[in-house]
Amino acid sequence: MYDAPSLERNVDQKEIKFSARNVQVYYGDTHAIKDVTVEIEDNTVTAFIGPSGCGKSTFLRCLNRMNDTIDVCRVEGDIRLDGEDIYDKRVDPVQLRAKVGMVFQKPNPFPKSIYDNVAYGPRIHGLARSKAELDEIVETALRRGAIWDEVKDRLDAPGTGLSGGQQQRLCIARAVATAPEVLLMDEPCSALDPIATAQVEELIDELRQSYSVIIVTHSMQQAARVSQKTAFFHLGHLVEFGETGQIFTNPVDERTESYITGRIG
Amino acid sequence: MTDASLPENSAAAPAHRSLNTVDARTRKRNRAEARFRAYGIAAVATGLVFLVILLGSILFNGVGAFQQTFIKVPVYLDPAKLDKSGERDIEAIKKVSTFGYTPLIQQGLFDVVQAAGIETPLAKPGDMKQMISPSAAAQVRDTVIENPDLIGQTVDFRILASSRVDGYLKDRVFREDVVRDKNIDVEHLDIVDGLVAAGIVVKEFNLTFITGADASESRPEQAGLGVSILGSFFMMLVVLALSLPIGVAASIYLEEFAPKNRFTDLIEVNISNLAAVPSIVFGILGLAVFIQFAHLPQSAPLVGGLTLTLMTLPTIVISTRASLKSVPPSIRDAALGVGASKMQAVFHHVLPMAMPGILTGTIIGLAQALGETAPLLLIGMVGYIATNYPDGLASGFMDPNSAMPAQIFEWAKRADPAYYERAWGGIIILLVFLMTMNIIAIILRRRFERRW
Repeated sequence: MYDAPSLERNVDQKEIKFSARNVQVYYGDTHAIKDVTVEIEDNTVTAFIGPSGCGKSTFLRCLNRMNDTIDVCRVEGDIRLDGEDIYDKRVDPVQLRAKVGMVFQKPNPFPKSIYDNVAYGPRIHGLARSKAELDEIVETALRRGAIWDEVKDRLDAPGTGLSGGQQQRLCIARAVATAPEVLLMDEPCSALDPIATAQVEELIDELRQSYSVIIVTHSMQQAARVSQKTAFFHLGHLVEFGETGQIFTNPVDERTESYITGRIG
Repeated sequence: MTDASLPENSAAAPAHRSLNTVDARTRKRNRAEARFRAYGIAAVATGLVFLVILLGSILFNGVGAFQQTFIKVPVYLDPAKLDKSGERDIEAIKKVSTFGYTPLIQQGLFDVVQAAGIETPLAKPGDMKQMISPSAAAQVRDTVIENPDLIGQTVDFRILASSRVDGYLKDRVFREDVVRDKNIDVEHLDIVDGLVAAGIVVKEFNLTFITGADASESRPEQAGLGVSILGSFFMMLVVLALSLPIGVAASIYLEEFAPKNRFTDLIEVNISNLAAVPSIVFGILGLAVFIQFAHLPQSAPLVGGLTLTLMTLPTIVISTRASLKSVPPSIRDAALGVGASKMQAVFHHVLPMAMPGILTGTIIGLAQALGETAPLLLIGMVGYIATNYPDGLASGFMDPNSAMPAQIFEWAKRADPAYYERAWGGIIILLVFLMTMNIIAIILRRRFERRW
């Protein structure tokens, strides 16, 4: 069932985008992430897989400090983006999040027009000096999100009126519009039907050209289809991290093997 | 179904159950359901019956206040009485008090009665006194002072009838009771009957009741709610201007920014408790803080508004927090995810989505404040206060005034049954205001609610 993915592998050595060292995350008294060390490459799709509650989403949310919004959450260790410590006191999480965009599990467009959904990020970051420039950013982002052709005639229509798959691609376009360097995707297809999922997966593969993409997924097939690197989390530990092909065909750790063959999880 | 009823079934196979027959258990459940429905309908029906009784009795008792009895009297403005010098000197004319006018009006009415050919044992113009409102003299005097050239002419006036005459026409005063009433005699009622037939005594729409000021105990026919409506209006301005920004700001901070710790928990519990504190407690707090400590004027709508703000704040905070809570967290995530700051996320996305709830809560809080009487008793916004319209904004906030519910309470206390009728009428006006505010709340809710 889990054949070696037939995707072309880019095995060239790439630049390291994110490097995490000895990361610990606590929710109150719960130790949610235990000593995770991982390096994430640029222009690569990295998949985080693992059973529910294993901490993969928690770790993802550490990477753009979305966990800051949770009062009881505490992050220890060292996470560097391009060599800069993102938990440094001088780092404003707002700037970090502009650089590290995020797409969520449930499509969550703002209850505004399609145009305003995409234009919101560029507006608050002052990326456009004129209306024409903003129009261009919006169009580029919607094209990147592979949804331009479907919505170009109704940019004033509410973003919430789109179908689930379209909404999720709109959210991706919205994340892309702020010109991030990394895209975090937290189970972006779990609320979508197979056709929409296929569209989003195709899109993820395209986005790899410009961004480092990190995707959390429950679906091992999806991880196999879209990612070049895979990290397997279990009970807060990073059990195994490596080439996707290797993880799915020849896992080193027996817990990984149990999970991908469906014995745990 | 038991095996006994279906002997052809073997013991091992499950008994065949036809869908066409209902078993005992299902019947029992259906009966329970039907009973519950009946309870519900009975409860709703009881509520409706009481509502109908309430509205019916309010309308039945209060509608009378919107009609008032007037007498059309031509009054000869005798120069010998009103302007002895004959020079039309306004200062000299002003020296003539209402006592100078009363005999002229009585004479006018007496002449009307004579002309209508009504037979009556009352032979003096002075006997007409009981039929005329004491306010009539002031009405005629005001007209003359405004236009002194009328002196010497016979002018048609529409003067207020006394409250007894008004009550007689509204079936509040009866002939058999009048014997014990020294304010009016049966002979007067005979005259009234004649004048009604002649179209001289008429019941007309009572605009004064909506626009006028309160009047003394002895002239209910003149009393109106207008000045206390203004008092309520100025109070509501204060309440709105203070409680909306303070309440919304406090809720946003508590809900979105404040750390969740024991201190904020304590604040939260206290706000919920404050909403249940009896309003009279806020009244005595307002008395202590605003009047005794801050030395603001007593009975002023400003103080009333401040006191009611204290009372309204918890309501607004609770409803605002509830509507902020109801905004899905995914919207906050979405905004933070594209790099909005916490404040941008709240003000650009959360607040607009919470707006309908906030506005509804605010208007309901205001409506509650509008109908509140108890705190006003303690800061003196009750009693015989309203005599004149406030003169401008500053005076509207600072001058002694009453408020609608306090005025109604005051009328209900007074002895004259005519005031009883006005209390009910006042309730109708108050309800109209409350209903208007609720309708505005509904409209705003519809307008701001986005469909997605």
